[in-house]
Amino acid sequence: MSEVEVPLHAVAHARAGDKGNRSNISLIPYDAALYPLLAKQVTEARVLALFAHRGATRCTRYDLPLLQAFNFVIDDVLEGGVNGSLNLDGHGKTQSFRLLSLTVTVPRELLPA
Amino acid sequence: MTFLVGNGGGFSGDRVDAPIPVVRSLVARGLPAAMFFETLGERTVALAQLERRRDPELGYEPMLERLLEPILADCFRARIPILGNFGAANPPAAARLVARLALRLGLPELKIAVIGGDDVMGSIALDQLPVHEADGSIDIKSARLVAANAYIGAEPLVEALRLGADVVVAGRTSDPALAIAPLVHHFGWSFDDWEKLAVGAACGHLLECGSQVTGGVFWDPGFKDIPDPANIGFPIAEVTAEGGLVITKPEDTGGIVDLRTIKEQLLYELHDPSHYITPDVVLDISRCHVEQVGKDRVAIHGLGGRPRPDTLKVTASFEGSWLGEGEVSVAGPNALARARATADVLLRRLEMRQLGVRARVDLIGIASVLVSDVGALWRGYEGPEPPEVRIRLAAEGADRDMVDQAAREVLAMLCCGTAGTGGARWRLTPRILTRSYLVLRERVPTTVSVRSAREMA
Repeated sequence: MSEVEVPLHAVAHARAGDKGNRSNISLIPYDAALYPLLAKQVTEARVLALFAHRGATRCTRYDLPLLQAFNFVIDDVLEGGVNGSLNLDGHGKTQSFRLLSLTVTVPRELLPA
Repeated sequence: MTFLVGNGGGFSGDRVDAPIPVVRSLVARGLPAAMFFETLGERTVALAQLERRRDPELGYEPMLERLLEPILADCFRARIPILGNFGAANPPAAARLVARLALRLGLPELKIAVIGGDDVMGSIALDQLPVHEADGSIDIKSARLVAANAYIGAEPLVEALRLGADVVVAGRTSDPALAIAPLVHHFGWSFDDWEKLAVGAACGHLLECGSQVTGGVFWDPGFKDIPDPANIGFPIAEVTAEGGLVITKPEDTGGIVDLRTIKEQLLYELHDPSHYITPDVVLDISRCHVEQVGKDRVAIHGLGGRPRPDTLKVTASFEGSWLGEGEVSVAGPNALARARATADVLLRRLEMRQLGVRARVDLIGIASVLVSDVGALWRGYEGPEPPEVRIRLAAEGADRDMVDQAAREVLAMLCCGTAGTGGARWRLTPRILTRSYLVLRERVPTTVSVRSAREMA
């Protein structure tokens, strides 16, 4: 079985929302067979590191195996959020695609055609 | 018997023609139904309060007439009540607007409810309340209060429907309450039937952002394509007395309802999925699963509900600092070097003039929204030469004039900047700070008054 390293965007989709200075980003694999692989590879530590440059202090992952989805809750990642951020996107809606740029290693046959 | 809940708007600024196909579909299906609009974001009510200070007849959703005019008569004739938090900071004035519109459309008997009590600015001392969630770090010393509103639940909305209201004009309500209320009213669900209220809360949560569950902020060309994105159909929920819930959309519209759109919206702005707090019920989606039951039809199963909290969330808004922004463009050969040089010179200018503002620069097209104030991602960029770059300066401070001066430094680059600098824009905006508190629900009494358009106008 050959494996390939791809950005999450190739195998999953995501949406970001905000509450204050906290962001939540869902991560949903297109193929249910990828759920355990993502559970193993997309860890809280990796996601926290991905947002460290924005001041993130904590990342909690909630697993929803029946929905085959994950919910990442990231604290202090929005530079103050809509209250204080100088970022064009104070809500952090675009951050879902930063998560989707993280790479994972998956079996080639699980890639969408 | 199935009850239909349609959504006609997910935020202030949504597509104003969205409600038309939803109402057309509800009327054609002939089932009992309600429409709701969610147009009140966290700080929208503060901006509305500022409008109201300027003019006592303003301070409600500015697109209200445009949203309701094409659907009001059809909804009235089909007995489809319309609920909305479009009253914002001034529900009585919004209700008068609806009354005038109804008279103009020949509907003098249309009944309009005004919900009061969410505005707690004069009635509750905020400094004695516990601060909600992660808001403790926000500095509000000496900040001036603009608005304070409690997120009220479905009970007063149900009372308005019981009194025969055709249009229910509210200010701050919880978003799901706008869907829970017509369901409780129609099915006679009890306010301690947590499993049923959970279905209502999930229905409201899935619909409250309008097209976000039918393909909006979902489509990703080549990866997640949707039909006709210029014409996305807004959502309709089919709910049964037993708590069955199916999400769909009008047939003659674009967009899509599938497992992917439902999952994205189910988790939208959720933290712990087993503990989504609303004023009417605590919703648990941790054991929930979804099923495609037809084209653009998804059923949601396994929703859980637990007793509502004793407290309501109050969000207070304060006058914040000033935000100044300026942008210029560069294009063509050597654009990246000119953009980087422009960024460095702008920051140097703020330093030289000692304007005392907090500032950042973005290189739009290289790194802006994903970067922090330090700009590490565009400073370290080593990718291909971009065809164009737009340079943005943002500055914040308490002194309006200093912030304005900072933004105008971008304008000055039209003559002092690198070769081929153009397209300057700059603006100055006041910021609103919000902070949330918890208050015992009995301290937030609500009021309901219902009158006909004829009596009101």
